[in-house]
Amino acid sequence: MAQSPGNAVLAHDAVTDLVSDWSAEKEVFKVHWGKAMMWIFLLSDTFIFTSFLTGYMKVRISSTVPWPNASEIFALSFGGDPIPLILIAIMTFVLITSSGTMALAVNYGYRRDRIKTATLLFITAAFGLTFVGMQAFEWTKLIVDEGVRPWGNPFGAAQFGASFFMITGFHGLHVSGGVAYLTYVAIGVMNGRYEKKGYDIVEIAGLYWHFVDLVWVFIFAFFYLW
Amino acid sequence: MAHVALADKEQELAHPKTWIGMYVWSQDHKIIGIQYIITATAVGVVALILSGLMRLQLGFPGVFDFIQPDEYYQAVTMHGMIMIVFMLTAFFLGGFGNVLVPLMCGARDMAFPYMNMLSYWVYLLSVIVVCASFFVPEGPTGAGWTLYPPQAITEGTAGADWGIICMTVSLGLFVVAFTMGGLNYVTTAFQARTRGMTLMRMPLSVWGIIMATILGLLAFPALLVSVIMMTLDKTLDTSFFMPAISSLGENLSHEGGSPILFQHLFWFFGHPEVYIVALPAFGIVSDLISTHARKNIFGYRMMVWAIVAIGGLSFVVWAHHMYVSGMNPYFGFFFATTTLIIAVPTAIKVYNWVLTLWRGNIHLTVPMLFAIGFIFTFIHGGITGLFLGNVVVDVPLSDTYFVVGHFHMVMGVSPFLVVFGGIYHWFPLLTGRMLNDAMGKIHFWLTFLGTYAIYLPMHYIGILGVPRRYYANGTTEFLPDSVQAANLSITIAALIVAAAQFLFLINIFWSLFKGRKSPRNPWRATTIEWQTPDYPPKHGNWGKELPVVHRWAYSYSVPGAKEDFIPQNEPPSQYTRGEGDV
Repeated sequence: MAQSPGNAVLAHDAVTDLVSDWSAEKEVFKVHWGKAMMWIFLLSDTFIFTSFLTGYMKVRISSTVPWPNASEIFALSFGGDPIPLILIAIMTFVLITSSGTMALAVNYGYRRDRIKTATLLFITAAFGLTFVGMQAFEWTKLIVDEGVRPWGNPFGAAQFGASFFMITGFHGLHVSGGVAYLTYVAIGVMNGRYEKKGYDIVEIAGLYWHFVDLVWVFIFAFFYLW
Repeated sequence: MAHVALADKEQELAHPKTWIGMYVWSQDHKIIGIQYIITATAVGVVALILSGLMRLQLGFPGVFDFIQPDEYYQAVTMHGMIMIVFMLTAFFLGGFGNVLVPLMCGARDMAFPYMNMLSYWVYLLSVIVVCASFFVPEGPTGAGWTLYPPQAITEGTAGADWGIICMTVSLGLFVVAFTMGGLNYVTTAFQARTRGMTLMRMPLSVWGIIMATILGLLAFPALLVSVIMMTLDKTLDTSFFMPAISSLGENLSHEGGSPILFQHLFWFFGHPEVYIVALPAFGIVSDLISTHARKNIFGYRMMVWAIVAIGGLSFVVWAHHMYVSGMNPYFGFFFATTTLIIAVPTAIKVYNWVLTLWRGNIHLTVPMLFAIGFIFTFIHGGITGLFLGNVVVDVPLSDTYFVVGHFHMVMGVSPFLVVFGGIYHWFPLLTGRMLNDAMGKIHFWLTFLGTYAIYLPMHYIGILGVPRRYYANGTTEFLPDSVQAANLSITIAALIVAAAQFLFLINIFWSLFKGRKSPRNPWRATTIEWQTPDYPPKHGNWGKELPVVHRWAYSYSVPGAKEDFIPQNEPPSQYTRGEGDV
């Protein structure tokens, strides 16, 4: 009667295939070891940021005092009326652009175009530095001009400053670390350090960099837009 | 055809020539494993002495002047944290993980030897920082190993100034060290196995270790985040965990924080941590039982899936530590259900161990004694776990000695028995000498019977209502005098068991120099760590060519074979089929 196997059978076959595929006498992930390691590390790092953001949501929800209005605090005025979130929009734009240059660097890396790869890596690192610089500007403005401190602020719940400095600070450290990492890789590319081993390292560094960008999107959404 | 083995494709090993390069700043996984083992043992002895101090106070209240309430709480805290994190986690994953994973998978070394070395040195730093807290003003933190705020960082708790900061910093460092090591163990087992070593041919030790490592990589982030927040609450007066609170008659500047948030973050780490310690023990004990009973492990595939299932489930049970925290009662219903579901894969494992023993050719060697002892203590601790997993039973038992008895049985004694069994089993592999048998048997019986003398009475006094972590019970009306008698007998048993551990250390040192020379593969095991060309294995493990694996790790007593074991790397013949053994 039934000509084709049922869905349950197909699903079972798929699981069996997956298991036998993964458990065969070969690498589980058909990639460079470093790349596999970076993926696993990023999974672990995801849990760090998830914990941070979950903690932030919890203290925000359970706060007894009103939460400060993000679009007012993060507004910036150029002579005229304040424009909400303008600085953060520029920062996000810079970081997303750096992901683009990073992707190009990976591409040229596999083509073994050392000059272009290194240049693009340096540009990416420069975008990263710009981001960190703007973040430093934002922190200074909040601390000096607005009087926001980790332990309190004039606008509302004290947890606003605490979570803001902690989470953006932790992310900023990731970006700074990434800048150092990219610079190291770029110098290596320039000197031909990876001619023999291959240019997987550019892609591995790229994975990290895209991850840091992706995390920023979440921080942006939960912090500035909520 | 010249076959380039997987593990040789991507790896270049550093070959240092100096003594310091080989044994101190070593990138050899075996040396790093031994470094981990030595450090973890040293810090474990500190924790053991602390538990002795606690028992002295409880057995002879008021007799020893140098144990005041503050010191008692500090001993409670440091004993717990050191034993769980700096001793057991480091020993199983840093120690056994480092030594066994590359050898059992047939790799030359860890996937990233340099990072592996860094992992050890950061771990050592974290141990130094946590031990430094004994010497800072006011001493280490006395907040209990769970470090619950607000009390952990509020004046009046011992070590609320510097002790707690040392603790949080050292935990942060430990997470960094663990991450560097853990990425290595997982990547090595996934990517660097030798030819023929499929995942479903790996010894269960490796399965247990890598699953525990994955749990660690996903659970330690929550610990890292909670200690960062706690440090900020302490140093910068933020209020993540601190509600509006008055302490010693003064209102503190904190307000609006959530102490329950810390408990959720902490136990999201804390419960998987139980399995980070237990899963390697499960794996290693499976290998010990199979080897010393000369019989294949019963239900290998089920054992693997049980490890994976336990690992997955361990992430959805954390709030069973928080039934009395005031969280939403519906949570209790959910977490009790998931907790009891874990009993299923765990029971599968226990049945399979027992069925492996059934009609096996059991050799009561010292490692086997410890393995069988583990089955007893683990069943015991597991069954009391069923009591505590149920909300209604847990609520009256919460924070009593019943809980102390339960978790010491299930995640104190049980993993330790496996640590000992593992050391007795693999000591010859690393040193070329056997441990002394007589001393080993005395060590086993004193430890095994002694732990029952310690922890069984704890369940009774817990049901009577003796609260845990109390410096002294004083004259409490509902407690009969027999509680003090029980406490005294527990203390005496504890001191004897502690002394037995020093006998074990003596055995190690004595055997290191005077022990009987070990023959190759003294336990006649099938796993390939015993098949290295040099014995004990040298740097790079496998000489010129990597081994080729033809079968699973449990070919014991195969009918028709000339020996009662067939090493994994022996080529197939008439009696020793290569394929389809699984």
